[in-house]
Amino acid sequence: MTKVLVYIELEAGVIAPVSYQLLGTARRLAGEEGSVDALLIGDGPQDHLSRLGAADRVFCLSGDCTADYLPEVHLKAFLEAREQSRPEVILTAYSSAGLDLAAATAATGDLSLVAYCQNAERDGSDLVVTSQLYAGRLLAESRVPLPALLSVIPGAFEEAEGQIEGNPKTVDLTAALDLSQTRMRLLEVLEPDGGDVDITKAESLVCVGRGIGGQDSIGEAEELAALLGAEIAGSRPVIDAGWLPKSRQVGKSGNRVTPKLYLSLGVSGAPEHLEGMSKAEFVVAVNKDPAAPIFETAHLGSTCDLFDLLPSLVEGLKQRGC
Amino acid sequence: MFLNEGKVMHIVVILRLVPDLSDELDLADDGRSIDREWVGIALSEFDEQALEEAVLLKEAGGAKVTAIALSGEGVERMLQGALARGADAAILLEGREEEHLDSRAAAPIFAEAIRALEPDLVLTGVQTIEDLFGQLAPYLGRLLDWPQVSAVSGVELHEKSCVLRQEYSGGRQARIEVDLPAVVGLQTASKPPRYVSASKLKEAMKSGQISRQAANAEPMTNRAEIESLAPPDRSTGARMLGDDPETAAVEILNALDERGLLQR
Ligand SMILES: Cc1cc2nc3c(=O)[nH]c(=O)nc-3n(C[C@H](O)[C@H](O)[C@H](O)COP(=O)(O)OP(=O)(O)OC[C@H]3O[C@@H](n4cnc5c(N)ncnc54)[C@H](O)[C@@H]3O)c2cc1C
Ligand SMILES: Nc1ncnc2c1ncn2[C@@H]1O[C@H](COP(=O)(O)O)[C@@H](O)[C@H]1O
Repeated sequence: MTKVLVYIELEAGVIAPVSYQLLGTARRLAGEEGSVDALLIGDGPQDHLSRLGAADRVFCLSGDCTADYLPEVHLKAFLEAREQSRPEVILTAYSSAGLDLAAATAATGDLSLVAYCQNAERDGSDLVVTSQLYAGRLLAESRVPLPALLSVIPGAFEEAEGQIEGNPKTVDLTAALDLSQTRMRLLEVLEPDGGDVDITKAESLVCVGRGIGGQDSIGEAEELAALLGAEIAGSRPVIDAGWLPKSRQVGKSGNRVTPKLYLSLGVSGAPEHLEGMSKAEFVVAVNKDPAAPIFETAHLGSTCDLFDLLPSLVEGLKQRGC
Repeated sequence: MFLNEGKVMHIVVILRLVPDLSDELDLADDGRSIDREWVGIALSEFDEQALEEAVLLKEAGGAKVTAIALSGEGVERMLQGALARGADAAILLEGREEEHLDSRAAAPIFAEAIRALEPDLVLTGVQTIEDLFGQLAPYLGRLLDWPQVSAVSGVELHEKSCVLRQEYSGGRQARIEVDLPAVVGLQTASKPPRYVSASKLKEAMKSGQISRQAANAEPMTNRAEIESLAPPDRSTGARMLGDDPETAAVEILNALDERGLLQR
């Protein structure tokens, strides 16, 4: 009888897709006999409960300082929920909150922790877990005795199995927690600045990665984008370096995009990048490293140097009257 | 000057070397680890960001920056690099050279060293590419019982607190004020890491003082175990085009044309 605890995440006031992915996985790991608990932190839990039908029971924390994510408050609630639920398996997303909570919870040494999970199966009394390692270069298969906490890559599991309407039991954690003295305080939430364009609405994107080398070369990629009727986008290092504005970032900490065409130049395909673009309809990847993980997600791949390929693409588009 | 109760702020930065992903990763004979003999090593990119942020804070308000690392091949050189970039002191934790300790295993060793240093702030990279069994910053936060925030891009220091910018999916962010001492898992420094000239590096290699300490604490236990490592299945991946750019360009444009993705 496996008991599973799932940490539910709210994103801008709604349950994040990854939380349904975790709930579906939790149900599968719990099996017929097992049970699924969930932890929901935030104002107005009743607004969300009916969507958490995949859980048998939901631990709720609401009220002061729960309207927005605050690491210390969530960690306290998470540890309390673990104490009361006593699960054998705990699931969090590989997200900012998941990063804060997973290792902190496992730090007492009595809980196994496996990060970057993309699959998990029961095997006798253990779990066998597949994770992405070395930014997706290798897959690791680990044997994990229980109790265990898995931090799961968003997008690794289907949502449908976890999207069940229902009426789970609730347990209010408010009284059990003393939140009067926290060592951190939320000052403000900063909504993403819209920027000049919404790349999540673009039908075609040309995405440049660190392989583009510098600001000076962005122009060449922009010319290609213009001929394709595409918007230009970038991986995180390109944004961090200031070569493109933040509004054009694709990935975990940027935008999730689903264009018809995604042409990437010099992007390696780290899991945090794939999270933002793996649902694009047609992906063309240019990367001179044949082992780059982007080629697993792409439909068409070239190991040419992007600076050799770009002029040919631009020339070819002009010849075709684009 | 950043002062906490009249003392100059002390920032500890934890630095780790990781395999250089521009090299090929070969598996070791046991099939459960990579062959570390030939692969290049580099400072973990997020640790580099953490070091830069520490030095930026020092430049903004006069904090002291101490870089610490577990001893191992290439680590001394890496610490000299940290001194050249602006760290004031560097500490090598010795005695665990024979094992490859991951972030989970190493967390109690770093926690012990940090307790002795009594810093106001600990900065390290939000993750390394090898953190299969968990990331260092949240392990440390709990072991030290200090507040911890990960996925941070930007730190401000104040008298008894710091203000951190934490990032979430979709590009949302929050500013969080955290009492000191605190642990931060840094993603991106406020400015891109500086370039350090070869001459400055050489200078640091001559004059840079690295002190040594025994890594006494026991590594954290871990019952989970890697059974195998393998490259992902590529059979469902991209159709690969040849190496000639002109031919590849024609094939790409043909494929886009077929799918109606060209705008004329
Ligand atoms: C919490 C968290 C959130 C993150 N969020 C995001 C996010 O939102 N988006 C994101 O992108 N990343 C994100 N990252 C970072 C992510 O881990 C990777 O570091 C990043 O995606 C790598 O970007 P890249 O592929 O451009 O660079 P690299 O990994 O350095 O890859 C560059 C590639 O270019 C190739 N190349 C170099 N020169 C050429 C050439 N001339 N021609 C062809 N190919 C060439 C190289 O072979 C290499 O594969 C996040 C990380 C963390 C920890
Ligand atoms: N699906 C794939 N993903 C990544 N690299 C590949 C893939 N198929 C082939 N390669 C590599 O790409 C280069 C050219 O492949 P090919 O044109 O198929 O001979 C070789 O180095 C192959 O190893």
